[in-house]
Amino acid sequence: MPEFYPPTTEKDIELAFGQIKPYMNPTMAHYESSRCLFCYEAPCVKACPTGIDIPLFIRQINTGNVDGAAKTIYNSNYFGNICGKVCPTEVLCEGACVFNHQDVKPIEIGRLQSFATHHVIETEKNLFRLPPNNGKKVAIIGAGPAGISCACELRQLGFEVEVFEAKKHPTGLAIYGCAPYKVTNEDVLDEMVWLQGQFGFEVLYNHKIETAEQIKGLEASYDAIFLGIGLGETRSLDIPGQDLENCVGATEFIEQVKINPLKTRVGKKVVVIGGGNTAMDAASESARLGAEEVVLVYRRPKENMGAYGFEYELAKSAGVKGIFCAVPVAIIGNGQVEGARFIKTKTENGRVAMEKGSEFDIACDTVILATGQEKMTGFLSLIEGLEWNKDGSIKVNAETFQTTNPKYFAGGDAVNGGAEVVNAAAEGKQAARRMDAFLNKA
Amino acid sequence: MPNLAANLAGIRSPNPFWLASAPPTNSGYQVMKAFDAGWGGAVWKTLGVPVINTSSRYGAIHYRSNRMVGFNNIELITDRPLADNLREIEEVKKYFPNHAVIASLMVETKKEWHQIVKDVENAGADGVELNFGCPHGMCERGMGSAVGQEPSVLETITRWVKEVATVPVIVKLTPNITDITEPAAAAALGGADAISLINTIQSIVGVDLDNFAPYPIVDGQSTNGGYCGPAVKPIALNMVKNCAQHPKVGIPISGIGGIENWRDAVEHLLLGATNVQVCTAVMHYGFGIIREMISGLENYMQEKGFEKLDDFIGKALPNVKTWENLNLKYKVVAEINAEKCIGCQLCYTACEDGAHQAISLPGNGSRIPAIIEENCVGCNLCSLVCPVEECITMVRKDDGKEHETWKDYMAADKAPTQFNDDRAGGKGHWVPEPAAALKQ
Repeated sequence: MPEFYPPTTEKDIELAFGQIKPYMNPTMAHYESSRCLFCYEAPCVKACPTGIDIPLFIRQINTGNVDGAAKTIYNSNYFGNICGKVCPTEVLCEGACVFNHQDVKPIEIGRLQSFATHHVIETEKNLFRLPPNNGKKVAIIGAGPAGISCACELRQLGFEVEVFEAKKHPTGLAIYGCAPYKVTNEDVLDEMVWLQGQFGFEVLYNHKIETAEQIKGLEASYDAIFLGIGLGETRSLDIPGQDLENCVGATEFIEQVKINPLKTRVGKKVVVIGGGNTAMDAASESARLGAEEVVLVYRRPKENMGAYGFEYELAKSAGVKGIFCAVPVAIIGNGQVEGARFIKTKTENGRVAMEKGSEFDIACDTVILATGQEKMTGFLSLIEGLEWNKDGSIKVNAETFQTTNPKYFAGGDAVNGGAEVVNAAAEGKQAARRMDAFLNKA
Repeated sequence: MPNLAANLAGIRSPNPFWLASAPPTNSGYQVMKAFDAGWGGAVWKTLGVPVINTSSRYGAIHYRSNRMVGFNNIELITDRPLADNLREIEEVKKYFPNHAVIASLMVETKKEWHQIVKDVENAGADGVELNFGCPHGMCERGMGSAVGQEPSVLETITRWVKEVATVPVIVKLTPNITDITEPAAAAALGGADAISLINTIQSIVGVDLDNFAPYPIVDGQSTNGGYCGPAVKPIALNMVKNCAQHPKVGIPISGIGGIENWRDAVEHLLLGATNVQVCTAVMHYGFGIIREMISGLENYMQEKGFEKLDDFIGKALPNVKTWENLNLKYKVVAEINAEKCIGCQLCYTACEDGAHQAISLPGNGSRIPAIIEENCVGCNLCSLVCPVEECITMVRKDDGKEHETWKDYMAADKAPTQFNDDRAGGKGHWVPEPAAALKQ
């Protein structure tokens, strides 16, 4: 008996995508916050890309100063609630909790963080006071975690900020990519509304910047521009059969699941190709949407997967099966996907070699390619003097996030090649401070 | 099996665990239930002229996730008519003839004392306890701690009671006094057969930050209460010890204050209590805790080879000295077990900010601190803050051959006497330069 059936109602969706880190109630938060040791120079803080003073906010929760706790969090990370839910805490703050060394359950830092931030969002609490405008204007391209963090920080520094977003909704992959059992769209958008209320920046939606003319226009009207453009579509594999119906990119598939889960149809047997966290999400989500069988195929051994161990475990718990050391050579079918052909591999000296004559087919009606995303080099080439690395990531000064065109700063996936929400949030914020230093230097 | 039977000045009970005079002994129903659960005795909620109580009576200190580590009440003595209480005492004694039922009493005049002592004896009480301890409400009316704070009045009333009592008389003392041994000695002088201590400590348990009134709030206002619960045990232990060691007291002690488990009880006994009384822990967890207390006590006695309570009552007393008699040559130093250390560095920051800067951090990526032995004064602080069982231990460093106390130092003129004396204990002990604090 399968765990999940194809959902037909909103209620089914809620059940299929039950939150793995639901909000704590005040009693839970009290007991959990009581356990924190208040470590000296706490390892959890060092493990957090945004350096949130975790022992402090936990102590604030424990003493009934939940607003103060939220302020502590937002002082370091504008995506406090979202990060509390979607951060890979197992390998960040909670993984660093000293309790692990005595096999004591680490403090549930992520959930405590969401408890505090959700409280101020829900009660529409005002935590920040803005300085008068400093007379300078910054344009931000991309309303993802990097762009929005940058916008919030710039507003705190007195800049006027406008954000240009190609899509209909803000927060980028937080809404279009994060697994629905980690955070709900409602939570994501609520935090965004709260942030806009606090910091008062403009976001222009459905406003794609794509021409040299538009770019010239921005350059003329703004003192600086931040690029938080993220990544593009799923990278093509260059194998026959990719164009068959029901062979889809993971990014596109997940976006569909996130925005319109009831209209997302997965087949009965799904093959997901890839070994990163996106592959795990696509596989998990397929299973939760009622696929009878979901097979994950990765070209190297299991240990080499880019995905976190707990993400693979999560996928397995939803019924996903893993096949390792195999690469696709063709998607088979006639108009529609009917299967995928793989060849076994051997990894020698880090290089993947195909084993001749070891081809095998897996019958399936859906193939999801989780083979990475394209870089936005086409867009980048429109900006004068802007350079990118061999892998397509924007070249920046590692400390200042300034690009090779001094008017432009950049952060997030477009710079780091694709990381977590928390990394983008950290980079956007830091970039804002450096823009301020650059624009307001004596 | 060790024998848990207790005998306080002739009052026998199957074990040393009594319920103290308080809400859990307000009625025959409760006392009967407690005996059935395994309690050895009960001191009935104080009898006298019944009172009228306030609504909202208790307040508490919670420490993080732990509820009621300290507890406070403004409740008075019984608010039930004497006849009802006497009838219930009689009934309890019928069901439990071998359990101790003690009547706690608080009245004003000699005549009232004489009458009520006779009444409770007729009802079958095995002893009486004179409540000279209540530090709230009743003391405003010249009773309770108002008596306990006046040794001569305490002695006089004790004598009145002894004039008529045929059962043992226990005097319950208030800790709201500078030297507990004065009223204790007065009780002995007045003929008391035993003393019990401590009653609650005058307290304000907390303040409502929104309504600007202390807890417990009675229509926007409050009054001081009596403090008890786990937090008061150290005060109780010290007072029990003081009475047990004092030559002018010399009568058995019923230990009260912060007793919640077998360990607390054993501590009271080791410091000279003959039995113990419990209230707050029962108000928190119910009568069922007695199972743990009895099992723990039995296990302890078995392990130590004690057959009866007398084998260890007062056993720690010879080891409680005045400070001047402690060996200044004894030297312990902290030792961190790196295998167990979780790297919280609470020991580091505690020693650095709160003690003697005797712990260093490795600074090589490891989080395991190290003891700077020459700076360590052996204060124990690091081992107390360490959250891991047996991770930081205090290891003896002297060879045990030397024994010199402050008294010896004084006699041999080795003690510092001048402000800048070369013999100062901390002279030459390394401390960082003040400005080094700002460099971090």
